[in-house]
Amino acid sequence: MALPSLEDMQVQHVAAQLNALHAELIDDDRLEEWPDLFEDKCRYSVISAENHNRSLNLAAVFCDSRGMLVDRVVSLRRANIFPAHAYRHILGPTRVVSSNEQIISAQTNYVVLMTRNDGQTSIYNSGKYIDEIDFSGDAPRFVSKTAIFDTHLIDTMMVRPI
Amino acid sequence: MVTAQQTDNVKQDTPAAGCRVPYRVFTDRQYYEREQENIFKGECWSFVGLEAEVPQAGDFKSTFVGETPVILTRDSDGGVHVVVNRCAHRGALVCREMRGNRPSLECVYHQWAYDLKGNLIGVPFRRGLKGQGGMPGDFDMSQHNLRKLRAESVGGLVFASFSETVESCRDFLGPIVVEQIERIMCKPITILGDQRQRIFGNWKLYAENTRDPYHASLLHLFHNTFGLYRSTQTGKALMDANKRHSLLYSIAASNDDAADKQAYGDSRSFDTEFKLQDMSLLKGRQEFADNVTLVILTVYPNLVLQQIQNTLAVRQTVTYGPDEFELVWTHFGYEDDDAEMQAIRLKQANLIGPAGLISMEDGEAVEIVQNAIVGEARATSYIAMGGGQADDADHLVTEGAIIGFWDNYREMVGFDLEPT
Repeated sequence: MALPSLEDMQVQHVAAQLNALHAELIDDDRLEEWPDLFEDKCRYSVISAENHNRSLNLAAVFCDSRGMLVDRVVSLRRANIFPAHAYRHILGPTRVVSSNEQIISAQTNYVVLMTRNDGQTSIYNSGKYIDEIDFSGDAPRFVSKTAIFDTHLIDTMMVRPI
Repeated sequence: MVTAQQTDNVKQDTPAAGCRVPYRVFTDRQYYEREQENIFKGECWSFVGLEAEVPQAGDFKSTFVGETPVILTRDSDGGVHVVVNRCAHRGALVCREMRGNRPSLECVYHQWAYDLKGNLIGVPFRRGLKGQGGMPGDFDMSQHNLRKLRAESVGGLVFASFSETVESCRDFLGPIVVEQIERIMCKPITILGDQRQRIFGNWKLYAENTRDPYHASLLHLFHNTFGLYRSTQTGKALMDANKRHSLLYSIAASNDDAADKQAYGDSRSFDTEFKLQDMSLLKGRQEFADNVTLVILTVYPNLVLQQIQNTLAVRQTVTYGPDEFELVWTHFGYEDDDAEMQAIRLKQANLIGPAGLISMEDGEAVEIVQNAIVGEARATSYIAMGGGQADDADHLVTEGAIIGFWDNYREMVGFDLEPT
């Protein structure tokens, strides 16, 4: 493997930082800021590897606009009934798969730990992000983010983004 | 303190003023074990999968009847079969994959092989090696097949039974259920994918939940606020003649927002301030001529067939123990769906499943009951909305179908086990 250029390292840094911020906003319950990490026209989906590996498109969560991301957050705050819980994302290294002047394609392994209000923490969801990041504007944003999860048996419910 | 009145209510038939169910049926392992024998292995048909999941000869799917692992197969004649997933030799799982395609079923442990109907077709070293070993002279292959269940398909839904004496599957379902299955399974379907959800509660709490039109607009704000389902809608809660199964349906076109707002008053779940930025989530198509927009067909003991707007799915219950079950959602559309219809179904899938803006809430509804009844030996629930009898209703303010479930449960399992 050739040594990375300075440009390669910058691109990798942008993608890793954006993923770290994505995780932080969710874990710290700053969900109202979370949709700002996405372009207006974007895709966000959380899909089981069980479906993805069979080329089936049925996702647990599928949004194709930033408005739908906002709606998910408002729904969590105002509409949905679910057990109190918090997430903690543990991210693996972000690898840049390809990039051009505008778009970075990257992937990152993740684990989401869930803590319910009985104080117990469990491994809730484990998988891989496949991202497309537009870094041509004022700030890098996701054009698409797909969380492909191995943990196809979801405990109780899924209300927060992964 | 337990009063005589409470104890009597547990032991006696349903009193006129409502149905009481002892909470221990949700927590005591004795009931769970008797359910496995008397319901899942008893005089019942359990849902095991869709024919569309095993379309080709050799296709198989591993699943469960209650807690018992079974395999659904398609043989070369086109028939579907269901066998227990346990080698007749020393009990190993024969299929270790969730699904796949094989010409025969072979156990990895000693390579005993079975055809797709479950007949034993090969035993390595059956006659020994170099004149040594081998099975006894009276070993009869035909006596060592996989345990075969009866299997019947109704409208492409495959049901299986351990019982040799139970009525035919169609008779077990009854005409109302068969008609509703055929309404949805009216043309060839295509599988969109599965979702799996583990709920830490007793499976019967979900059996109650899906027979309960009373909760649907009170727990689920999405249903109510956007008029997907309201108890004020035109709809019915019907049962089969034996009151095992339940059909809830409603027609969203009957919404009257002003009158409904009055009916729900300041209810949490009728929130006119709640708006979506992207309403495309709720844009669908009227696809059934009867204008019915919501069908929850709950089939005893382990199936729900649903239509919510344009989402079509089966939900299968797999039991893990008294306080845990899995819900397997298999979503489908029709083979002739155009691209826009496929997109509608995939987007509306946001409403159902474990992350469903509506249905995620039922997991919590089950768990908050399970958590509250722990260790409770004698207390009972009280089920009386709509009159407290297992009666059909031409409205949606009823719990009659829940009582129908318990009447059948009492007959098959009983409430009379002594508290442990």
